[in-house]
Amino acid sequence: MIANLRTNWIILKTSVEERLVYRGDFIFATLVRFLPIVTQIFLWGAIYGIYTSSPVGSIKGYNYKEMVAYYLLVMVGRAFSSMPGLSNGIANDVRDGTIKKYLVQPIDMLGYLFWARVAHKLVYYLVAIGPFILVFYLCREYFTSLPDAFTITACILSLLMAFLVGFLIESLIGLIAFWFLEVSSLIFIYMMLNYFLSGHMIPLDLFPEPLSYWMQLLPFKYLAYFPGAVFLGKYTNEELIFELAIEVVWIAVLFALNRIAFHRGTKRYSAFGG
Amino acid sequence: MNAIVVKNLEKTYKVYQKNEGVFASVKGLWRRDYKTVHAVSDVSFTIGQGEIVAFLGPNGAGKTTTLKLLSGLIFPSAGSATVLGHVPWKRENEYRRRFSLVMGQKNQLWWDLPAQESFRLHKEIYRIDPQEYTRRIDELTSLLEVRHLIGQPVRELSLGERMRMELIAALLHRPDVLLLDEPTIGLDVVSQRRVQEFLKYYQIEQKTTVVLTSHYMKDVEALCKRAVIINQGSIKHDGPLSDILDRFSNYKIMDVQFDGDDMPRDFSQWGEVIENEAPRVKLKVPRNKIPEILSSLLSKYRILDVGVQERPLEEVIAEVFTEHKKESDHARDAKSELQSTTD
Repeated sequence: MIANLRTNWIILKTSVEERLVYRGDFIFATLVRFLPIVTQIFLWGAIYGIYTSSPVGSIKGYNYKEMVAYYLLVMVGRAFSSMPGLSNGIANDVRDGTIKKYLVQPIDMLGYLFWARVAHKLVYYLVAIGPFILVFYLCREYFTSLPDAFTITACILSLLMAFLVGFLIESLIGLIAFWFLEVSSLIFIYMMLNYFLSGHMIPLDLFPEPLSYWMQLLPFKYLAYFPGAVFLGKYTNEELIFELAIEVVWIAVLFALNRIAFHRGTKRYSAFGG
Repeated sequence: MNAIVVKNLEKTYKVYQKNEGVFASVKGLWRRDYKTVHAVSDVSFTIGQGEIVAFLGPNGAGKTTTLKLLSGLIFPSAGSATVLGHVPWKRENEYRRRFSLVMGQKNQLWWDLPAQESFRLHKEIYRIDPQEYTRRIDELTSLLEVRHLIGQPVRELSLGERMRMELIAALLHRPDVLLLDEPTIGLDVVSQRRVQEFLKYYQIEQKTTVVLTSHYMKDVEALCKRAVIINQGSIKHDGPLSDILDRFSNYKIMDVQFDGDDMPRDFSQWGEVIENEAPRVKLKVPRNKIPEILSSLLSKYRILDVGVQERPLEEVIAEVFTEHKKESDHARDAKSELQSTTD
């Protein structure tokens, strides 16, 4: 157990070092990430008609400021849940045979990838924290009230779990490469679906019923919509506990699916490829 | 004690057969023809602890498949194998801590980081004692002469340097069995020799069991006493390297230095001329006729010097491969003829 923790720690450390090799690219990518928020501010300004004499008060429970705040929060959520290159990385490892490394060494591939990803995220936060603080400071007027301690705790929990849900979904897609060597179109489909199923495009409650209802039953909402909605106080305390519990169940299910896919996949790989 | 026991091992793959042309590609969307490929068929051998054995064979002979089976990367279609008492394809950690697989064309090291970072990770993965680790790094880096390079990102190293780092990573946990797939592929002569010398030294020191595949006969001659020739998935020869020459080569090379112009114009009665740089001639002569030819030459001409050599191993083995290929081609032709007559 202790030895395992040590191994994971070294994986984490090594991955952090590897990540820092390309710091220039990293900082640039981080800055570019904030550009869309400017568009959102103008777009929703136009929709709410705030530049006109008769602005719209609220749309489905969101006023203009809340709406902009939502997009700022979605950025935070996605900083936890998006996993650039994870699916593709696994698929490439399967295709070009790098996966052999994990099968030959006494190491668990998914655990290894997990800790490497934690490292990537930590490095990312290290670089991104500055720009994030700056942007939130500049946009402070959009946050009219701060949530209570309970909501903030729930929000932090939801962000941490967003990381887990994001990791597990993307690794599962990557593992499909054991069956179909080419998964890039699948990844593209996932990205498109994710864009609106996660609430990245617009808050999920803006969709008409029953679409909105069904969308909220899927795990994708935990990637972006949920943490934002929590912060904006869209849930009562009871609802929050219930939702978080459901999220834990989703994580367990996705984890089990990952394990099964990995087990079956390596078995198939051993029987057909290698 | 046997380190590796392999019995009647078989591995067949199904390979998608695509015919030429766009039409065939479109057809392949809903109907695919598969062909069964016997990568390894009915292979049996045992390798003793501390033995170093070479697997020889042309591309696609089944060498790498055999190594993949031994390292547990793939399951066999039939047959059994144990390495150090473990069934490799169960992939138990206990087994995985005791062997190493080095593939000349695959990278295990972190590309963007110095090799020492990868080594440190290996130290944790294989649970190597810190003091032992420092000692081994010291020893291996100085043996392979790369001590000054372990702080440099792997991507900046030359192929030869990288290969040596790969070897260090593979040997850090002191494996009992070392599987090497083309360890010197693409290396220049100097790097090749260094790797050979190192492997030889290391193997004698540590008594590691080594299975090696290579195209370079030099590797094999430098390292192995025993060779297994594998072609088209099955074993054609298993025994001492020197036996290959006795068994498959019916000729030797005779190097004769005549005194000035006193030499025959035509050598066809003795053997085939390989090189004629009068007054020195190299002849390919039947193995069992050497005494006869020698006495015949000596009685007719003045000869200054004579040398008799074995033919290069490489040449002999290439001949074995082509002969086997011809045989199996014949067999296949015969079979298809038979089929066409019964149709």
